[in-house]
Amino acid sequence: MTTIPVPISVDAVLALLDRHDYVADRRLATSVFLALKMGRPLFLEGEAGVGKTEIAKVLAAALGKKLVRLQCYEGLDIASAVYEWNYPRQMIEIRLAESSGHIDREQLAHDIFTTRFLLKRPILEALSPHDGVAPVLLIDELDRTDEPFEAYLLEVLAEYQVTIPELGPVRAAMPPVVVITSNRTREIHDAIKRRCLYHWVGYPDALRELAIVRRKCPQAPESLAREIVAFTQRLRAMDLFKAPGIAETLDWAEALVSLDRVALDPQTVADTAGVLLKYQDDIGALGPDVAARLVAEVQAEGIRL
Amino acid sequence: MTLRSGLDTSRLVGALPTLPKGRLAENIVHFVRVLRAAGLPVGPARTLAALEAVEAVGLDHREDFRAALAAVLVSRHEHQPVFEQAFDLFWRNPKLLEKLVASLLPKVYGRGEQPPEPELPARIAEAMLPPPDRSLPRDEEQEIDLDAAFTVSPREILQHKDFESMNAAELAAVRTMLRSLRLPLPELPTRRTRPAARGHRVDLRATLRRATGAAGTLTPLRWRERVRRTPPLVVLCDISGSMDRYARMLLHFLHAITNDRDRVHVLLFGTRLTNITRHLKHRDVDVALARVTGAVSDWAGGTRIGSCLAEFNRRWSRRLLGQNAVVLLISDGLDAEAGEGLSAEMERLAKSCRRLVWLNPLLRYEGFEARPAGIRAMLPHVDDFLPVHNLESLTQLAQTLEQAPARGMPGRLLHRTAA
Repeated sequence: MTTIPVPISVDAVLALLDRHDYVADRRLATSVFLALKMGRPLFLEGEAGVGKTEIAKVLAAALGKKLVRLQCYEGLDIASAVYEWNYPRQMIEIRLAESSGHIDREQLAHDIFTTRFLLKRPILEALSPHDGVAPVLLIDELDRTDEPFEAYLLEVLAEYQVTIPELGPVRAAMPPVVVITSNRTREIHDAIKRRCLYHWVGYPDALRELAIVRRKCPQAPESLAREIVAFTQRLRAMDLFKAPGIAETLDWAEALVSLDRVALDPQTVADTAGVLLKYQDDIGALGPDVAARLVAEVQAEGIRL
Repeated sequence: MTLRSGLDTSRLVGALPTLPKGRLAENIVHFVRVLRAAGLPVGPARTLAALEAVEAVGLDHREDFRAALAAVLVSRHEHQPVFEQAFDLFWRNPKLLEKLVASLLPKVYGRGEQPPEPELPARIAEAMLPPPDRSLPRDEEQEIDLDAAFTVSPREILQHKDFESMNAAELAAVRTMLRSLRLPLPELPTRRTRPAARGHRVDLRATLRRATGAAGTLTPLRWRERVRRTPPLVVLCDISGSMDRYARMLLHFLHAITNDRDRVHVLLFGTRLTNITRHLKHRDVDVALARVTGAVSDWAGGTRIGSCLAEFNRRWSRRLLGQNAVVLLISDGLDAEAGEGLSAEMERLAKSCRRLVWLNPLLRYEGFEARPAGIRAMLPHVDDFLPVHNLESLTQLAQTLEQAPARGMPGRLLHRTAA
């Protein structure tokens, strides 16, 4: 991989993300720029499907860095997030030492707790450069883990180092670019947020969403893309349990293209509602008459700015 | 200029040689101070970060400047509007700010009069004024004035009731007992493990460390077991007129269990929903309850259980119920809207949590029947249906919760009524 210089301005970040098909607003670009410039983790919070994870992927690709991803879940522990000792190899080492008949216990204990027997998990992996390039560390859906893991992350995020009792602290020579995402199924502790640059990723406005659809789903005809965006924008204004994100908009665009539709009609909306809405109540709220009204509005007024 | 925390501005700015200096730096420091006064948790470390961020983006674009400050100084979505308003006020024309402060100076106006600039965000305006007299609890008055604009139901009575006024000797005694009550929820196994004498999983790391110390001999296996932990508890307590007496007593109980362990959230509802967890966190029960009274405006008014549950489902359920939470719903089920839409919201609530326990003071009557529409709508969806009218029922509550939910029990009550 070739090293790409870190962008020198907010405009450069915008251009860089744009080259990799990520249509960011200026605010997000500023946060990304600052994260790179100040060497701080970027904390992205927002509803599901608004492109939080995608930022990390695009950043890694755009900067020519390796992406190290840590998907969080309940009970995530150090053994699966940071490092683990390779127990089978250690046991064999002990057996070999025993069979040679000559055992220096001190030496043996020293020998089997060395980096040779260390299995790196994502966080430790992210602290070691790959071909001289520090990777991008994506800590995805941090809200899914529990508080003890958050507390552990504090050391990692503040010092870019982890402490392995048998080896001592391992410090990153080159700190990784860290992106943390949260769907806000619970509040993340302020101590974590304090160390990060916080950015709330909201739903895009109509123009940006249209730009995203054009970019990500080029096979959709322009008129259809406009109708899709106008429709989802109106849908988000409705009183729904879970409004559709950009991911759903794109899925829907692809679904409609696969169905060879060139314009919205109430029947198609009803048939494909499950692509946009994921709760039965919400699908119920988008009944035939509501769908017909929205389609008529969308086709009469177009995108509302 | 000196920060409230005692840090000297000039020293702070001088700490990093490349950071902006002079008027801009001073203004940024002042801006951080305004935000802090408006309630954002921004310490001196953030001031430095803000200076660094501004240095990094430069001053060419106003929006970049705004975004840079926001990225460093905002850490909660709720704080965003406060930041935006403060930014707009602070970084516009400084003259405007002066005018604004001047217009606020004659702050004494009568109850009936309109404030001079009603659209002005009160928190920020206050933050920009010289430090207020600390002895006055300004927030309470402010919130009540604000709330008056949102009055929903004619039955909602905006009262600033004093807990002290219900002071009878035996009530006081009961309250003290309530404070010492605990609610031991059954613990659930988590996916975390800890070393244990006899567990279900071999602790390879510990075993191997032992083995190297005693190579050649047999080493006993070390074990780990699952950590058990109580699930989060979410309490939804009805404070409408018919529940008034119980709610007041129960607040003491709720204060006790909120401070007993982590992951307890308490929300009150009458005609609207208020999250009072942060207020209850104050160790001193009197201070905590005074803050609750300040924050809640619909004491002893009407009840709109359906719309309050709808609001909970929409705004809070995903944030509070994510991790296997147990929900305690304290209400008599007498709904002003006669149960409209209530059943669907109850169903959603029941499906989003691990266990839904309904505590109803009406259950104290021997021949309780599920007649009112609200109760009939709610009952099919709850796991437990228990009384909560005296100290004894609260004590028993703990025991009942230790057992597995008695499914079908609430349903039986419903059938009895139907028969």
